Amino acid sequence: MMFRKLTLAAVLAVTASAAAAESEVHIEDFDFSFEGPFGAYDQNQLQRGLKIYTNVCAGCHGLEQVAFRTLHDEGGPALPEDQMRAYAEAIEIFDPALNDGEGDYRPATPADKFPANTAAGAPDLSLMAKSRAGFHGPYGLGLNQLFKGMGGAEYIASLMVGYEEAPECAPEDFEGSYNSAFAAGGFPEECKDDHGHHTVPGSWIAMGQPLYGEDVDFDDGHSNSLHHEAEDVAAFLMWTAEPKMMARKQAGLTGVIFLSLLSVLLYLTNKRLWAPHKHKED
Amino acid sequence: MSGIPHDHYEPKSNFTKGVEARLPIIGLLHATLTAPTPKNLNWMWIWGIVLTFTLVLQIATGIVLVMHYTPHVDMAFNSVEHIMRDVNGGHMIRYFHANGASLFFFAVYIHMFRGLYYGSYKAPREITWIIGMLIYLMMMGAGFMGYVLPWGQMSFHGTAVITGLFGAIPFVGDSLQTFLLGAGAVGQPALNRFFSLHYLLPFVIAGLVIVHIWAFHHTGNNNPTGVEVRRGSKEEAKKDTLPFWPYFVIKDLFALAVILTVFMAVVGFMPNYLGHPDNYIPANPLATPSHIVPEWYYLPFYAILRAFTADVWVVQIVNFFSFGIIDAKFFGVLAMFGAIFVMALAPWLDTSSVRSGRFRPMFKWWFALLAIDFVVLMWVGAMPTDGIYPYISLLGATYWFAYFLVILPLLGVIEKPLTPPATIEDDFNAHYGPQAGGSSAKSAE
Amino acid sequence: MSHADDHQGTRRDFIYYATAGAGAVVTGAAVWPLVNQMNPSADVLALASIRVDISAIDPGTQLTVLWQGKPVFIRSRTEDEIAAARAVEISDLPDQGAENENAVAGADAADENRALSEDGVWLVQMGICTHLGCVPLGEAGDFGGWFCPCHGSHYDTSGRIRKGPAPRNLLVPVASFVDETTIQLG
Repeated sequence: MMFRKLTLAAVLAVTASAAAAESEVHIEDFDFSFEGPFGAYDQNQLQRGLKIYTNVCAGCHGLEQVAFRTLHDEGGPALPEDQMRAYAEAIEIFDPALNDGEGDYRPATPADKFPANTAAGAPDLSLMAKSRAGFHGPYGLGLNQLFKGMGGAEYIASLMVGYEEAPECAPEDFEGSYNSAFAAGGFPEECKDDHGHHTVPGSWIAMGQPLYGEDVDFDDGHSNSLHHEAEDVAAFLMWTAEPKMMARKQAGLTGVIFLSLLSVLLYLTNKRLWAPHKHKED
Repeated sequence: MSGIPHDHYEPKSNFTKGVEARLPIIGLLHATLTAPTPKNLNWMWIWGIVLTFTLVLQIATGIVLVMHYTPHVDMAFNSVEHIMRDVNGGHMIRYFHANGASLFFFAVYIHMFRGLYYGSYKAPREITWIIGMLIYLMMMGAGFMGYVLPWGQMSFHGTAVITGLFGAIPFVGDSLQTFLLGAGAVGQPALNRFFSLHYLLPFVIAGLVIVHIWAFHHTGNNNPTGVEVRRGSKEEAKKDTLPFWPYFVIKDLFALAVILTVFMAVVGFMPNYLGHPDNYIPANPLATPSHIVPEWYYLPFYAILRAFTADVWVVQIVNFFSFGIIDAKFFGVLAMFGAIFVMALAPWLDTSSVRSGRFRPMFKWWFALLAIDFVVLMWVGAMPTDGIYPYISLLGATYWFAYFLVILPLLGVIEKPLTPPATIEDDFNAHYGPQAGGSSAKSAE
Repeated sequence: MSHADDHQGTRRDFIYYATAGAGAVVTGAAVWPLVNQMNPSADVLALASIRVDISAIDPGTQLTVLWQGKPVFIRSRTEDEIAAARAVEISDLPDQGAENENAVAGADAADENRALSEDGVWLVQMGICTHLGCVPLGEAGDFGGWFCPCHGSHYDTSGRIRKGPAPRNLLVPVASFVDETTIQLG
């Protein structure tokens, strides 16, 4: 009995230590289609997200881990093959093997990856949705992440909609743009109270506001309001970070079902095996 | 192999006789599978199988991952992404391996606390216990070096912090740290050697596991009553035990299947829950993540490491009398390893005449407090080092040492234990009634 | 033994067999991915088939491309070359098989069975001498086709071995036209 309680306590401790609290930011809990054990990527949403990435983000951010061919993958954006090829061909990539080893630019093929883009010092977006956690705590207990998920996509979407008018406490010329979802940026002394605590959520981010709403038009007529665009691009980046999520959940579900069945059978076997020795269960 | 009287293997065919005469391997397997096992073992005795399975899982998935991984600072991160994106089923294999480490430590902690509660470390099982502690240390090493390999931000800066622990050792610290890293800082030499050792250690662990099993097969398993199996004769021993196969194999496999069901759900539905998002950022020597936290399974000892800061008076006294050789940093390192060392000394610190905590009314509460202490330390190890948290760490660390160094020795003297049942058979029958139509003469009433 | 005991015995056996069966299935399902991971990964497979733009190849010239680590000759043959290749008697050839992965099994070494296009203009073949694997030189040798400098094998304008130590005609890999100016290898 005692051990059962202790085991439970240990489980709680594991969840507890999974994450610790960060500074105050506002992360909206978006309702993504891929959440939960049965959640799946919405192909149309991923395609819309790809369009936003291509037209807006790609100017500064790379996607160096993602191969063009995967845009055609089932369980991903599933672009038709000809569209995927056309998409790749429209992008010039550097091939060091060309021009007798000096390298040259050529149109990309499906086997190539999206180019890296370090021009503006912007981070690569391939794994952004897994390298940020939207949810933490409470009190380092990790329960929020247990119930809401890690929140990488929520973080990205919240960041997109988090550009707000700078609070009055900040000096006019303070560097960066105020964003209520961004924790790791600059923060003016004027907006701290006597104890050094922040009086406004978020911080000042170097990236200027990338999305304003109606930045792209979608062929399927889907809404291109800022909120929807943020959601779509975040979903797309979740896919670039975890392209095998659908396969993983399917394997997980199959595994859980089979192992549950095996558990039941082993339970019955065990019970029968011991029955002659345990009087009560005879 | 077993010290408990039991039937030995008798080869029957000419072939098996011939094999046994040259290499008694069938007899060894027979003795291992039919090992007389106390029949009153409860569900806390399943973790050994879980651990053995997990070791096999980690070695199998690890060997496979190495077929695609490249231990080079420029390629390690990308090769892991290659596994996650392109290798057939690679994402599952890697998630199994990464979460397998968590399963390993989860099981080993319960296994250890099982031993601490039921007095499994007490004579004549001290060597089993010590080997277990060695396995645990090896696991910590293997786990740490494995975490370096993806070469993400946490890998890189975690390595810097952990090898920095050795840098705290007086006089030789700096050169020792340089020796461990093969350079003044974390880089290619460190990655290459940690890869090599990460591959080696599991096989060392496997060897130690065999010795661990050998040792307790010789002494016989402990059991929830702590009463030894009767060894007067084969018949007597048979009343206390059942053969390992099939009774305990099936029981353990059932438990394993249940645990793996949960494990599968974690891997399938939340594989990154126990990881750090920062490790999905490629290692960058120029920028440290804002919050460096070790994996959850190191946190209790990490908390003890951080507990002893320069403001603690014990640290100041030691610092003064050691002429400043043992400063706060080194004291923390000593405390961390000491916390594991005192656990290894438990067989000699526990003075009680009774083995199992089940019959020790006062011990029960102190033990429960130790378990809670462990959980609290795990929690506080991930918290910031300001506000109330340092005090909690210090309190938790103090109790950890007090339990082993003060409470265990004292309890044996002041506590009046209950009387355990005379035999394992009595204990078993008290729960399940005497065997139907069995030869048991003793009544359970 | 009563009848009820017999019945229970059967049920017990059934559960034992069912458990063993389920255990075997789960074990197999767990082992399979560990084996399957050795098969070519997605990035390797993506390079198993490449597309080559042939619009820039003038008649009488050849493009050499690297495909799966090996050279492939893509030649736009002239009328003369085609005529020369088609004038040869099959019975004069050392290797009378087409050596063409696109042709039906057992096709003979007629030029029609080796050229990629009906009109015979496009000839696609592996640039690897069938003797010991050197890369033959183009527009060389006694037969105006390819010549291997290593041990002196002469291939004709259809890539068939005519003289020298090489045992077989140059291999024609799996290839097809995607459109008029694009060939897909593999």
